[in-house]
Amino acid sequence: MITSHAIASSLKSIIFLALFGSLLTACASNSTQDQDTDIQEPTVVATPIDQAPTEVVDEPIADLLETVFYFDFDQSTLKAATRAALDAQAARLRTTDSSVRLEGHADERGTREYNLALGERRAKAVADYLAIQGVSRARMEVVSYGEERPISLRSDDNGWSLNRRVELK
Amino acid sequence: MRLAVVLRRVVLFISAVMLAVSSYADLTIEITEGVDNPTKIAIVPFEHRGKPLGADLAGIIAADLARTGQFEVLPRAGMLGLPRSEEEVFYRDWRSLGVEYLLIGRTSLQNQRLELAFDLFDVHRQQRVLGQRHANTVLELRALAHGVSDSVYEKLTGIEGVFATRMAYVSVNGDPASGRSHRLIVADADGARPREILKSDEPILSPDWSPDGRHIAYVSFETNRPAIYRQEIASGIRQQLTAFRGLNGAPAWSPDGRRMAMVLSRDGNPEIYVMDLATKKLTRITNHYAIDTEPDWTPDGLSLVFTSDRGGKPQIYQVALDSGAVKRLTHRGSYNAAAQVLADGKSMVMVHRDNGAYHIAWQEFATERLIVLTRSDLDESPSIAPNGSMLLFATKYKQRGVLAAVALDGGFKYRLPSPNSDVQEPAWSPKM
Repeated sequence: MITSHAIASSLKSIIFLALFGSLLTACASNSTQDQDTDIQEPTVVATPIDQAPTEVVDEPIADLLETVFYFDFDQSTLKAATRAALDAQAARLRTTDSSVRLEGHADERGTREYNLALGERRAKAVADYLAIQGVSRARMEVVSYGEERPISLRSDDNGWSLNRRVELK
Repeated sequence: MRLAVVLRRVVLFISAVMLAVSSYADLTIEITEGVDNPTKIAIVPFEHRGKPLGADLAGIIAADLARTGQFEVLPRAGMLGLPRSEEEVFYRDWRSLGVEYLLIGRTSLQNQRLELAFDLFDVHRQQRVLGQRHANTVLELRALAHGVSDSVYEKLTGIEGVFATRMAYVSVNGDPASGRSHRLIVADADGARPREILKSDEPILSPDWSPDGRHIAYVSFETNRPAIYRQEIASGIRQQLTAFRGLNGAPAWSPDGRRMAMVLSRDGNPEIYVMDLATKKLTRITNHYAIDTEPDWTPDGLSLVFTSDRGGKPQIYQVALDSGAVKRLTHRGSYNAAAQVLADGKSMVMVHRDNGAYHIAWQEFATERLIVLTRSDLDESPSIAPNGSMLLFATKYKQRGVLAAVALDGGFKYRLPSPNSDVQEPAWSPKM
């Protein structure tokens, strides 16, 4: 099981890969909404490159799917990589009837209550995308924690980019 | 037998309180920026007779006045004498030290009865300008000292003193990996006597005092979802006011204490509502697909200011409660949020982004004149003192969350760091 914490710590260690990945994504993407992506943000969570080959043996595929999705500053737009990861999640969810909790988060900049609203908007964007992919809204709960549950306590771009996220649980 | 049980409970309660107190420390005050021409005052240590008091009243008063930024207090070491009565005051000595006002006092404690007398002198006019006598059987020494500070401050500035007020704030300990504990604290406005009124492993935010100062409303995630609670401070008795799907946030008591503005996203996205606290009936105030949040009341109770990104970026708007008419109040900068209206209803303070940094700013309604009050970054959660002279806010200092204060004219600042916690979400109490 890949926990969000494990993802966060592996993210820290592969920040260069992520930066490189985001550059590639930005170049390769046909989607206009990724054009203004800040290349300092890790848009692609490269965890499968690092961990999947050594961990596959008896793990169910579902547990290897991405469960944390990152966002740009003050944005709730889903990135191309997030959409791809959510397609895989939707495919898994269509085969089960378990309920899903989508927890939205923001970085520390700006006010706490506005960040709660921003976190909710991000989690709703994920819920809307999954609903379009055939996941029943009745199974999804959206909860925003705003900036109250940071992954990183660092007040810099790296810390902030880890905290702007939606976690699927 | 029954008495023994009661006594044991009292002892248990007291130990619990002491444990709670020992787990976090007093905030200490560090003055970071002064003003150009403060009034120079000397506060002579009070003469005391009888059983020891265990508190330095003159020291508390000196700290109170220094904390306004409007006074420079003469250090005790610089005093040429320690007068105990008017006959012992040599004006020339004090004038030579540049002192403009002189405060002396006497206390006595006998048979649980505390007597306090003080006199305030105008050194230039060489006359007593204020004198009071107090007798007190409740030994709330800090409150007594703050009362003297209020009298002196009001006499010399014409502004109501708020030294006996309190503040609420949230103290956070621990790191994200092992989990963080959240405490809602109520302390004196000078950071002394902190008391924990709620502790949770889940986030607590947005404390707001009732106008009578007896209750605090706040948002707690203790059920793994946000909900608004109202807690009576003295008894600890609390009530969950909302538990709707989605956001339940930003509680703001109306000036008459009967209603509460709040944010709920139960209808799909964040909207401002007003709850009648007696009937719990909700009235929806805003209706827009954008984010609407952070309501605060105008003093007349007839309208709310709030944050909305309906224009693309967060800005401050005002909505009239009777007509629902909305108008935009801010036009400078790409981020204005968390407005708090001053008691005269003519201006507000808010979080204002300037060159990527988040400051506290003041804006006049009629002219839209805007003044940035703070220079630190990541400033948020402004909360105005009940006399409108200063505001508390939260910021970061050396990678820790700290509380800070700034005068409404921007000229004076102090920080209230906590030695071992992140402190945030200050709320200045009303005058009680």
